Amino acid sequence: MLAFTLRRAIQAVGVMIAVGVIAFSMFRFAGDPVNQIVSLDTPAAEREAVRKSLGLDDPVPVQFARYFANAAQFKFGVSYQFRQPVSNLLMERMPATLELAACATVFAMVFGILMGVYSALRRDTFLTKIFQAVSLIGISLPTFLIGILLIYLFSVTLGWLPSFGRGDVVRIGWWTTGLLTLSGLKALIMPSVTLGLFQMTLIMRLVRAEMLEVLRTDYIRFARARGLTTRAVHFGHALKNTLVPVITVAGLQFGSVIAFAIITETVFQWPGMGLLFVQAVQNVDIPIMAAYLLMVSLIFVTINLIVDILYTVVDPRLRSTLSRPA
Amino acid sequence: MTVPVLSVRNLEVEFLTRRSTLRAIDGVSFDIAKGEVLGVVGESGAGKSVTGLAVIGLIDPPGRIAGGEIYLSGTRIDHLPPEEIRRIRGKRIGMIFQDPLTSLNPLYRIGDQIVETIKTHRNLSDTAARKRAIDLLAEVGIPAPEKRIDAYPHEFSGGMRQRVVIALAICAEPELIIADEPTTALDVSVQAQIISLIKRLGRDHGTAVMLVTHDMGVIAETSDRVAVMYSGRIAEIGPVRDVVQNPLHPYARGLMGAIPTLAAENKRLVQIPGSMPRLSAIPPGCSFNPRCALAFDRCRIERPEPQTQGSRAVACHLFDPASPAAAQETAA
Repeated sequence: MLAFTLRRAIQAVGVMIAVGVIAFSMFRFAGDPVNQIVSLDTPAAEREAVRKSLGLDDPVPVQFARYFANAAQFKFGVSYQFRQPVSNLLMERMPATLELAACATVFAMVFGILMGVYSALRRDTFLTKIFQAVSLIGISLPTFLIGILLIYLFSVTLGWLPSFGRGDVVRIGWWTTGLLTLSGLKALIMPSVTLGLFQMTLIMRLVRAEMLEVLRTDYIRFARARGLTTRAVHFGHALKNTLVPVITVAGLQFGSVIAFAIITETVFQWPGMGLLFVQAVQNVDIPIMAAYLLMVSLIFVTINLIVDILYTVVDPRLRSTLSRPA
Repeated sequence: MTVPVLSVRNLEVEFLTRRSTLRAIDGVSFDIAKGEVLGVVGESGAGKSVTGLAVIGLIDPPGRIAGGEIYLSGTRIDHLPPEEIRRIRGKRIGMIFQDPLTSLNPLYRIGDQIVETIKTHRNLSDTAARKRAIDLLAEVGIPAPEKRIDAYPHEFSGGMRQRVVIALAICAEPELIIADEPTTALDVSVQAQIISLIKRLGRDHGTAVMLVTHDMGVIAETSDRVAVMYSGRIAEIGPVRDVVQNPLHPYARGLMGAIPTLAAENKRLVQIPGSMPRLSAIPPGCSFNPRCALAFDRCRIERPEPQTQGSRAVACHLFDPASPAAAQETAA
């Protein structure tokens, strides 16, 4: 088990190094960074001084080593547009994005699993048909359109929910949270639904398909032949077996929820990392773009690692094959 | 006469398909007495398993019991509401399925699965249920049951898993066990162990057993009586010795002739020509008539009803006293 975790961790480090190379090469292919720092009429000597002070005249491998060493300590350089360390900017924005992503994932998991289980167990009811229709909408409508429709309905027409921003936030240490104030919670609803709707339909469809598959297996038939209650068969035996693949997908989706938050954050002007990234793209603020790339891949890699470990917790068959010496 | 543990009368099971209604079981009747083992044989698709599932109330839509009656120790059970038949399953009727590798939920320890079943049917505490689970595992011959109870299904071999499945089937001391091909997926050496285990359990607890299999050897070894099924009907039913040594129904004869023996050296095995009709294309009259060497006109028109012949019943016009061919047959 430990060896397995370690092996996966080493693989994760390998992935991060590869992403680091890509992030670093962005600096080299997006034009001369000095041009973006100094103004148009800066004399050549001053430009050289800036270049030297930033270490841009060192050989490429040295620059890469330095970049990577700094990145490993969460130092991503200084933003061109804000003149602030990128890590500070990211840290400031991260709670907003993580809170949004977490709420969206919880929303997607809870409703996705409930709707999936319901539509698998009651295949021909009216409600199932509605769920199927909703899932079709969720899977085919683009995120920004859903966001705009929600704003039109709940902010413009009904005036129930704020159309942008996080509302009032409470600061706990360096973390800012919108979960503790009414306006913060209200502001979370629409972005979470917008961001989570696609994942919800995905999970619902997956749960439904898996559940139908599991209900056909011999051990479910045998569980019924043993006279177990319908509830025990469906929720004790069938659901647990259904959740193995759902964990993987939901876990991996958490990564893309964070990555896709860019669109939702733009629609709702949510002050998170995604919005920061979009602004950075507009202003060719490469340190932020590179840092964002690294952060998102770090999150992806970490989630992958956790999902792999979670597997073995749920499925005992994997545990024994892993602990057995090869 | 004592009431049989299981009594099935004119059972009919249908499957509704988009185009038509297929009749998988068509008028099957049999009894199983206390402590008796009834073997049910036949080719794949003859309706053996469906009969077992119908008894335990596990025919799922699009299938349904279309007619007939099923009595368990004198009480009719085929028309009970789902919740009541659920209470009978596992408690009064235990079931063993064909493939022990897939019968157990891979994500739960076997002990948890047994305790869960015991607690569903009996009002026992966790510790008492666990104690009973260990006793059950010991009874079905799992070595070191107090240790193995916490193992997962994948940590057992096929034979051991089938023992666990049997422990699960008998954990509420049912009156009847339905064993659906319990040895088909196992090695021959393990088969013998499982067979003798089922036999011993039946004897020790006076449990009636309905043993569904296509293996005549298993039937000959285990059963008291045997029912030969062909396309949803019982062709012949009677004491196992009579039916195996002197089958009357042409299909039963063909079936027995197809068993290889060591004594009959180098003789070609007798084959029954053709194959069993599909449910959608059952011929009129006796469903066996296109394959039967002895078929005559009546067989192609009128369906034979079971005729009592001494200790057994045979559904064949050859044995109808009113039939002219019967006289020939008995004379010959």
